[in-house]
Amino acid sequence: MIKKILIILFFSLNANAALEVTIAQGKVEPTPIAITQIFGTDSDTARYGNTLRQIISNNLTNSGLFYTVNEDLYIQSDNLVEKVPRFEDWKLIKAQFLLSADVSKTDKGIRLRMRLYDVFNAKEIEKLQLTIPDENLIRRVGHTVSDIVYERITGETGYFDTRIVYVSEIGPLDQRVKRLAIMDQDGHIDSHQFLTDGKNMVLTPRFAPNKQLITYMEYKNNLPRVYIYNLKTGEREIVGDFPGMTFAPRFSPDSQSVVMSFSDPNNAANSEIYLMDLNTRSRSRLTNDSGIDTSPSFSPDGEKIVFNSDRGGSPQLFIMDKNGDNIKRISKGRGVYGNPVWSPRGDLIAFTKLTQGNFHIGVMDLNGNNERVIVRDFALESPAWSPNGRYLIFHRQKRSNLDGTGGEVTIHFIDITGYNERIIPTPRDGSDPAWSPLL
Amino acid sequence: MLIVAGFFLASCAATNTDQGGDVDAASASASSSSGGEITAGTQEDLIVNVGDRVFFEFDSSELTVDAQATLDAQAAWLMQYPDTNITVEGHADERGTREYNLALGDKRAFSVYSYLAQAGIDTNRMEYVSWGKERPEVIGSDETAYSQNRRGVTLVSN
Repeated sequence: MIKKILIILFFSLNANAALEVTIAQGKVEPTPIAITQIFGTDSDTARYGNTLRQIISNNLTNSGLFYTVNEDLYIQSDNLVEKVPRFEDWKLIKAQFLLSADVSKTDKGIRLRMRLYDVFNAKEIEKLQLTIPDENLIRRVGHTVSDIVYERITGETGYFDTRIVYVSEIGPLDQRVKRLAIMDQDGHIDSHQFLTDGKNMVLTPRFAPNKQLITYMEYKNNLPRVYIYNLKTGEREIVGDFPGMTFAPRFSPDSQSVVMSFSDPNNAANSEIYLMDLNTRSRSRLTNDSGIDTSPSFSPDGEKIVFNSDRGGSPQLFIMDKNGDNIKRISKGRGVYGNPVWSPRGDLIAFTKLTQGNFHIGVMDLNGNNERVIVRDFALESPAWSPNGRYLIFHRQKRSNLDGTGGEVTIHFIDITGYNERIIPTPRDGSDPAWSPLL
Repeated sequence: MLIVAGFFLASCAATNTDQGGDVDAASASASSSSGGEITAGTQEDLIVNVGDRVFFEFDSSELTVDAQATLDAQAAWLMQYPDTNITVEGHADERGTREYNLALGDKRAFSVYSYLAQAGIDTNRMEYVSWGKERPEVIGSDETAYSQNRRGVTLVSN
């Protein structure tokens, strides 16, 4: 939860059970939280305080589970890190929770102190003090504090201190330039970074559970193959160096293997699913069928794989054991299914479905029951789970026209209840988003 | 590049149905826009006099009768110019997932590649690659565009 790069001087999580905000199916009433000014001791620390407050407020509001009470209503304007709040004042403006914090400079770096209060019960429920060596980590501190507040109040794991890797797109639709790019989950421009230069087309990036690696497909010298990008070193390495196209890669939960499709020229270029051990570089074939087998995604326990196959005539979803045994079709509805992704909680499969001229993104149980459509539009693709399994990100593309206009593609966030959809801003068009684990 | 692209589009309809016979209209438009003679054995020659592409049905990599006729003509042309190497590109329309369409594009490219191989073209002269739905020929979100984008294209690579 708190990452090693932060120098932690003091950190306490109260042992009480989380104050659960009931999260069931359907729309959730956001919980009102007040966030006082985050006080600084000089102009620098005041600036950090403003930044932190904005990050925390945006994160909590964007989750759909909170709203920040308008500060014009605040009666008490004090720093409440050391001072007990006048809870009556906060009750009056219907703030259910209250966060106060301050920032100062010490000889070890920038120090943040935070207090979280339960207003109705008139008590402190969380306190935190941490010091970071320099201001480059301010955004991550904001995300970390957001995670602590979210976890303490909802009882769910947070997801704010995470990153999204995606494909940045620009140019005419028939000559798109596609680059790998990465940003914080909120899409803040200060966190945005390109990873490739756009010379080669790149597609379908996915994070490793170990957070250090991204696997993706790249057309290097016009040969489409699976690669791994190392975020620490910036090195790119081919892992799907087979005598034909390799694509649709995803890591196994232990980050030691990549599962992918391979179109073998000796097998009529029909796509089968292979597992590549990254240590031994040995590969094993998991499927063997005359239909297309692609888009494999591991279960979080690493025991099973969900995938897309047209072996029955039209593209549907199947689950098999990790060695390729016991293949069972799970999708039951009418339509063309694709993009299955196993949820990090293990209990749901997210997917796309094309039917009646529209794409749908939905979720279903592991046996294909209880299929629910979350969002529907002309073109939707690439669902990816938040690390806590509560949200999906995906891309949405507009219709294009013969004159070359249209076709804009953007990255969206949505609660799996189907509420609270919003765009995650990107400097250019964006597609194929993938979420990192909690950092 | 622009001239070639414009002339590509102009010749599409003709190359789909004509098997290297009557291409006067396309030739005329080619020579008027490029302002010169077509050099034998080039991509331009293939496009105008043979047909550089075949089209597929939705979600299919099977070669239609028309497609087979085009590929017979391509094979004859490749026999005529034995120093010519080619890359076959397989493409899909936008109505499918990126990954499924990569797979489908590869099967389409391979269908063309293996048909030409069976027609006697040395596989050392040929490569193939899938572009899935990433490189449409015609921009647009309707069947007119899609039918032009579900294609296998033969490109002279030397």
